[in-house]
Amino acid sequence: MNHSLVIAGKAYGSRLLIGTGKYQDFAQTRAAVEASGAEIVTVAIRRTNIGQNANEPSLLEALPPSQFTYLPNTAGCYSAEDAVRTLRLARELLDGHDLVKLEVLGDPHTLYPNMPETLAATKQLVKDGFKVMVYCSDDPIQAKMLEDFGCVAIMPLASLIGSGMGILNPWNVQLVIDAVKLPVIVDAGVGTASDAAIAMELGCDGVLMNTAVAAAKDPVMMARAMKKAVEAGREAFLAGRMPKKLYTAAPSSPVDGKIAPTRSKAA
Amino acid sequence: MNYTRGLGASVSLLLMIQVIVNGSTHRLEQPLDVAALIGRLALTGKRVAVERNGEIVPKSAHGSTLVADGDRLEIVVAVGGG
Repeated sequence: MNHSLVIAGKAYGSRLLIGTGKYQDFAQTRAAVEASGAEIVTVAIRRTNIGQNANEPSLLEALPPSQFTYLPNTAGCYSAEDAVRTLRLARELLDGHDLVKLEVLGDPHTLYPNMPETLAATKQLVKDGFKVMVYCSDDPIQAKMLEDFGCVAIMPLASLIGSGMGILNPWNVQLVIDAVKLPVIVDAGVGTASDAAIAMELGCDGVLMNTAVAAAKDPVMMARAMKKAVEAGREAFLAGRMPKKLYTAAPSSPVDGKIAPTRSKAA
Repeated sequence: MNYTRGLGASVSLLLMIQVIVNGSTHRLEQPLDVAALIGRLALTGKRVAVERNGEIVPKSAHGSTLVADGDRLEIVVAVGGG
């Protein structure tokens, strides 16, 4: 059975990608990532605090890039130009690492993707040699455009970033899956395990989440739940679900060979 | 006429440059390369990436890239994020 997720020619055993933001501390980040089984972890690029304690622990120590595939993001960027600059810095920081997550936001209230800027940034980044996984709207036409521009994964939102509202438009996610050949990874909106399972049952290749795990009362337990949900959803997709029927036309047990009824039916 | 005093002040002014690092103004003595700047900011040994006036300064060029008056630098690290 093919359980591996292939992105830009590299196979990953886990279809769950996890963010590293909003945890209490690096120990919790590490424990949650381990419990999730994720191999790909997203990180943000930010200005270093000048004058801070030199011995302050760093994310790179908690999650060594030798053990995890880093996916630097452009969270907080509102223009193609800023996103491209951020990822050039990320590539420099991570010794030439070129697998990146592009997200160009439209406004701070919805964090909805700005698609014209996202498309422009994708074009530039591909030209610069990056392997770009793109946070995008659930629009099959623009997903196809991104694919044609040469990105390596399409990552539509299922609902707003950090909202935990779940898969609000499964039909559009389905359209995106049908429109492109690239891996489709739901990025944003998952709130609990069933949401992740639904995304996978739709035929998504993976799920990327952060807040659903980090903001759970027990992030490590939720990470474990998400791992199972993604695996269960994937297997349900591969198994092929039964068709939905309004009435049970066929009982599960044999119709014939029942014992004689105690009372004969009313004449 | 006190030429000496005036001259001294302008010489020391010439030696000082003003750069913006991560949005804050720093007055520093030149000559100054990127590696030395990282040292002055107590960031030596930390894993950082540097952008100078919108262009990446590769690690291999930190020791040979001079910082000039008016430069805008960004020095970044990886942090937790989604």
